[in-house]
Amino acid sequence: MGGYRRISAPDQPRSARMQNNNKNSSEPLVRIRGLIFKRGQRAIFDNVDIDIRRGGITAIMGPSGCGKTTLLRLIGGQLKPLSGSVRVDGIEVPRLSRRALMNLRKRMGMLFQSGALLTDLNVFENVAFPLREHTPLPEAVIRDLVLMKLEAVGLRGARGLMAAQLSGGMARRVALARAIALEPMMIMYDEPFTGQDPISMGVLVRLIKSLNEALGITSVIVSHDIQETVSIADYVYILSAGKIVGQGTPAELAGTNSQWVRQFMQALSDGPVRFHYPAPSITEDLQL
Amino acid sequence: MTAAFLGMLQRLGRWGLSALERLGRGTVFFVYVIGGFPEILRRGRLIVAQIYAVGALSLVIIVVSGIFVGMVLGLQGYNTLVDFGASESLGELVALSLVRELGPVVTALLYAGRAGSALTAEIGLMKTTEQLSAMEMMAVDPLHRVIAPRLLAGIISMPLLAAIFSILGVYGGHFVGVTLLGVDDGAYWSQMQATVDWYDDILNGVIKSFVFGIVVTWIALFEGYDTAPTSEGISRATTRTVVNSSLAVLGLDFVLTALMFNK
Amino acid sequence: MTESRTLEIVVGGFIFAGLLALLMLSMKVSNLTDIGGTDGYEIKAKFDNIGGLKVRSPVKMAGVKIGQVSAIDFDPTSYRAEVTLKIDRRYDKIPTDTSAKIFTAGLLGEQYISLEAGGDDHYLKPGGEITLVSNAVVLEQVIGQFLYNKAAGNDKK
Repeated sequence: MGGYRRISAPDQPRSARMQNNNKNSSEPLVRIRGLIFKRGQRAIFDNVDIDIRRGGITAIMGPSGCGKTTLLRLIGGQLKPLSGSVRVDGIEVPRLSRRALMNLRKRMGMLFQSGALLTDLNVFENVAFPLREHTPLPEAVIRDLVLMKLEAVGLRGARGLMAAQLSGGMARRVALARAIALEPMMIMYDEPFTGQDPISMGVLVRLIKSLNEALGITSVIVSHDIQETVSIADYVYILSAGKIVGQGTPAELAGTNSQWVRQFMQALSDGPVRFHYPAPSITEDLQL
Repeated sequence: MTAAFLGMLQRLGRWGLSALERLGRGTVFFVYVIGGFPEILRRGRLIVAQIYAVGALSLVIIVVSGIFVGMVLGLQGYNTLVDFGASESLGELVALSLVRELGPVVTALLYAGRAGSALTAEIGLMKTTEQLSAMEMMAVDPLHRVIAPRLLAGIISMPLLAAIFSILGVYGGHFVGVTLLGVDDGAYWSQMQATVDWYDDILNGVIKSFVFGIVVTWIALFEGYDTAPTSEGISRATTRTVVNSSLAVLGLDFVLTALMFNK
Repeated sequence: MTESRTLEIVVGGFIFAGLLALLMLSMKVSNLTDIGGTDGYEIKAKFDNIGGLKVRSPVKMAGVKIGQVSAIDFDPTSYRAEVTLKIDRRYDKIPTDTSAKIFTAGLLGEQYISLEAGGDDHYLKPGGEITLVSNAVVLEQVIGQFLYNKAAGNDKK
């Protein structure tokens, strides 16, 4: 590992590395202030502040369609906010040049909901892809690194399979191995638990937790699977209609007074979010 | 009455504006992809893999159609020429038709159907399954890493495919005209060589297929990249690729012919 | 690795076939072999009417191609067409009293110049001129003449 770091080091500007290592750890890794983002007329984020602590697991939760994935794309610089500041490791993301953005992204990993493995490559080549693209490492070193990453997610034996032959859970684990190939400072998980059977869900929960602890990788989880997420998260933000409606550690949220948060956390069908879509009363509608 | 007319006018205007907007985005896309060429040229492996997918896999359909088109030309040409006692000119007719028009145009149309639609579907699928997005997040530019080698492969493959089509067509015509119908073998080749000019005919034909290679591959890749990320979006984009690139080939062929063969 | 090897071999074969096709189009189908340019000498001939003769029309002797028309100009003093013939260097013994005729291959085929050797001991030199010429047969004239004669013949009866 140490050797690899030294080899890959020239890739990054020296100042960035120093920042990474020396930055006062009380400063959050991602700091979002006054974020406003609109799609057409609809405000996805309306003046949102979020801090993501170094080395922790931060969860962003909320109902479907509240812009959780959009938030990850804003952090990764794939989208630009209408206004507000998105700082990652002290760098203002929306203002970065293309080259600087690319350099920053080498230090971030992202796990897409579908896994997003490259379909024309097998498992081994998928994990090797970022290494081949960004490092001049010899084939033997790449092989060792890839097998180590695959071992970490328990899929060393599946290296020869094509992406299409994997189950959803396995594809996500391969994608996770790919995301940690360049040893990023942060990984963003987009709905990692959606559509998984209980076993692979358990596997993913364990993996995220152990990667966070073993490698000290800052983790951001975007999800609406409350139980799994809360079981590993250090800090939780709850988003709704473009605003943060609740935040705190899981324990704090469990004891909250907010009806909305309670409805969401306990999965109640009726509460501040009505079961019924707004409509005239049923008696009126049926003309009784 | 006026309202209906104004409505029609508005629809036309909206269509025109959106077409113009797409063209603009397509051009930006094209220029950006070209920017990736120097980087990709240093990684020949990527291009080789794409030449295989785009060129070598289109070879079967090109070979078969080339031979048959040549045979049909031989048959039709003979039947027409023999009435004027000019069946010796068969070689000239077959070769000129192939080298100037049928070679580049039919190859481009077949290529649009075979390789173009496959490219659109492939890129569209990569977009739909977030593979392109994932590459971006891995700090890899998908336009340079994925699109540029495919465009380059298309540009390289098309003139080669068209040349193979033409030469096989010449032999197909030779088979029907000389072997089956008894045109003189020497006359077939010598009439051909006397009239087919290297610069005017062969080189211009190659330039045509080169242009078609750029245009068809560009359209296919842009349609794929611009797909609405759903399965029906991909199927619509594939259809659009075949229709638009075929129309573009035929329209451009007229323009190029007017520029090249206007004496 | 074997997989990428076969792939590269197939692509190599494809590119080779394509280049071979281009080469064959150039050498076998087109007149590229004729363009050897310097490999020949030029002689001139003046015609009253060249019909549909074009640059690059073949020049034949006894039906064998020995050169091609390299230029066609109009001579404003004699009001005749001045045709430059490029003859292959191998055929350098063409007598000075050779005659040149413009023929048509088939009824509607292309026109070419046919040279008929004379009996002189002296041979044409580069830049020399063929003086014995007969003009292109213009179909309209032939048909016109034919109809005229026919009409005249009918009158006599």
